[in-house]
Parts: sequence; structure tokens; C-alpha cells
Amino acid sequence: MAVEMLSYIERKSPVHRLTGVTKLLCFLIWSTVAMLTYDTRVLLFLFLFSVAIFKVSKIKWKEVAFVLLFILVFLLINNLAIYVFSPQEGVKIYGTRHVLLDIGGGRYSLTLEQLFYQFNVTLKYFTVIPAALLFLVTTNPSEFAASLNRIGVSYKIAYAVALALRYIPDIQRDFRNISLSQQARGIDMSRKEKLSKRLKNAASIIIPLILSSLDKIEMISNAMELRGFGKNKKRTWYRARPFQKIDIITLMLFIIMLIVSLYITFYDGNRFYNPF
Amino acid sequence: MKRNQLSIKTIVAIGIGAAVFVILGRFAVIPTGVPNTNFDTSYGFLALMAIIFGPVAGGLIGLIGHALKDAIFYGTPWWSWVVVSGLVGFFIGLATKKINIESGIFNVKKIILFNVVQIIVNAIGWMVIAPTLDVLIYAEPVNKVYLQGIVAGCLNIVTVAVLGTLLLSIYAKSRGQSGSLTKDV
Repeated sequence: MAVEMLSYIERKSPVHRLTGVTKLLCFLIWSTVAMLTYDTRVLLFLFLFSVAIFKVSKIKWKEVAFVLLFILVFLLINNLAIYVFSPQEGVKIYGTRHVLLDIGGGRYSLTLEQLFYQFNVTLKYFTVIPAALLFLVTTNPSEFAASLNRIGVSYKIAYAVALALRYIPDIQRDFRNISLSQQARGIDMSRKEKLSKRLKNAASIIIPLILSSLDKIEMISNAMELRGFGKNKKRTWYRARPFQKIDIITLMLFIIMLIVSLYITFYDGNRFYNPF
Repeated sequence: MKRNQLSIKTIVAIGIGAAVFVILGRFAVIPTGVPNTNFDTSYGFLALMAIIFGPVAGGLIGLIGHALKDAIFYGTPWWSWVVVSGLVGFFIGLATKKINIESGIFNVKKIILFNVVQIIVNAIGWMVIAPTLDVLIYAEPVNKVYLQGIVAGCLNIVTVAVLGTLLLSIYAKSRGQSGSLTKDV
């Protein structure tokens, strides 16, 4: 069960040097643009831009390849599903119909519009994914919590996020220990069991995990209470860093990008770019 | 005002709850056999936490837990469904006062109440809100996302009904009932 997961990768690069606040804001701007637009030109630009930032960050593709592979499989299934359920979605969006290949009397005919639409759907993911990956692997988790607080999230909630990040590996280890010891007692979670039996067996792992986690909550909150957590309206963060010149420049650049791409997307009153 | 809402215990419950949600959502899912559909045990856990710690904790566990799970294991949060996880946690949590699990009593009446609430919340969340957001944000075909939503909604309802009820009754048994002591004469 040695499943890989994304975590912070220490490097010396300009992207790492940016403060967590800058990266968080840039990531939010990026997601907003990628969410709102369906304009192929903007999407293509964002995609190339994110590949460029990836290069600058000195993170190797190999280090995040396991996630990328998973996403590619997901995208393939998603694309197939879109085609099965709505093979003429593109025609509906772009309003014209160029048939490339006539299959099954119309409904499943391959059209240029559909191909273009699904290309856009795929591109949309490709613009968000490198940015999100990059944000995750270049931001120190403790600094991330500090940044959340800095952009206006209550520090108590920011601290909850920090706690979650801190305890994910611990809980994963607990889960693994419980699962192995239950398997040693002959409880089978694998495909060999019937579905109903598997559900029951899963419960025999989940229940001890949850009860031990509830105990943890008790312990941690006592420890925090003893240290006077939550007494003051504000708190300081060990990992918080002051803004540098590079942060301000990056933020300006992203804000300009946000405005320009939204303008390009919406100036003709439609979020789709129509080449037909 | 804010201090009363978020006690230290609630904050820790949100943090640890989100971590458990991530791990269960990644490792303790049971495939049904139909591609891309699972019994996701983390929603049973979410219902338990929402009932114990209330709507704010439930909502934030769903929101933070789901966003982190997507980010850590799949590279990018799928926002439309993350939001719905938060809403489901929040609205199940609204039944906290009525069920009052700390009293140690979780009888048939409360089981029915819990399930009615969770069925309504899950149905609206997964079958109405999630697909609508999918259409708005990702412009995916309407019939595809509604089918996905209906399948996910049904599975989550079943998971919460089975696992959530089980977890709550176990938790209730671990609480001392008031007046459960008898005097030896």
C-alpha cells in the first residue's frame, strides 16, 4: 500500500522563493481564469505559460508523473463518456455542423465541432493541472497555513488545515497498521470477497481507525488548550515571510493576465471561442 | 461571538476529521463493479463527525477534506464536488441538536430522523447541486453529469445509511447515559 502522494519538494528556484501568499493568490487567480474561460486562445496561452513556469521551478516531470498518468486515464474515460452521452454537444455550442465521419445515421456522427469542443475540455484540464501540481509541490505546508491566514481566512480555520496536513501521514500509518492486523486475523478486503462481505470487513478497519482518531482529537485539543491557543485575536506564524520585490512583480503580472484573459473571453459575449 | 462558535475542540476535530476523510476517501473505497463508481466510506465518517461536532465542523471537514484529497492524490481539486461535500457535511450537522448523540441514546426514532435528513441532503447535493455546478463551470453535457450525480448520490445515501448509522450507534454506546447508574441497596 505504498501509494505515492504529492508533497512538498525542496528546491532552490525562483518559484520556491516566492512567498506562500503570492503563490496562493496566483493559484486562485489561475483557477478562476481556467474555470471561467473556454476560449481556446486563452487556454492555449495558459497551458504554454504553465509549462514554462514548470521549467523555471526545477521540478522534474518524473517526480509528478504518477499523478499525471492517473489524470490522463481519467481524462480519456471522461472524454469517452462525453462522446457517448452527448456526441453533438459541440454542434449545440458552436451552432454549425461539419460532419467528418458518418456513423449510425446522424447521432453518433463525428463532427469537427465535437472534436474541437472535446479538445477544449481536455485543454482546460491541462491548464489547471500543472499550476495546481506546482503550487502543491513548491509550497511548504506550514507556510501554506500562514498564507491562508494572511489572505483573510480566520487563523483558527487556517490552523485546522495545518493540522490536517500534519496528520494525514499519521492517519495513513494508523490505517495501514489496523488493516494489516485485521488481515492477519483473516479479514479479507480484496476482490476475492463478495461485495456485501467486503463492506462489512471494511467497517472492521474503519471503526477502530475512527475511534482512535476521536481519542487523538481529545488529546490534541487538551494540549492546545494548555498552551493557550485561541486566547488572542491574532497569532504570528513561524513560517510567514515578508513580501519581496519579486512577489509584487509576480502578483501584478497575474492580475494583468486575469484582466486580459477575461476581456478576451467575454468581449464577444460568449465564453467559447468560435472558429467556425 | 466567533470564539463561542469555534472551540479548540471543534478546530482540532476539523483538522483531524479532514485528515481521516482524506485517508478513507483514498484507501477505504469499495468499487461496485461499475466503472468510476464506489462506495465511498468517507461519507459515512463525515456524517458521524457532523452529528458529533455540529454543522460548522461538518461543513469544513467536507470542504477541506475533499479539497485536500483531490489535491494530494489527483493533482487538482474538482471544485464543484468539493463544494457539495461541504454542503452535505453542513446540512447533516444541522440535525446535531435534535439527535444529541452525547446523551448516549440513539433509538429507532433518532435513526429514522438521521436517515431522513441524510437522504434529503445527499439527494439535493449530489443530484441537483453538483451536476448544475459541473455544467456551469466545466460546460459538460447535461445528461452525462446528471447521470453521474444520480449514481453518486444513490451510492452515498446507501453508504451513509449503512455505515453512518452503524458508526453513530457504536459512538452512542460509548457515551454514558444519564441515569444509567442504579443504587445498590
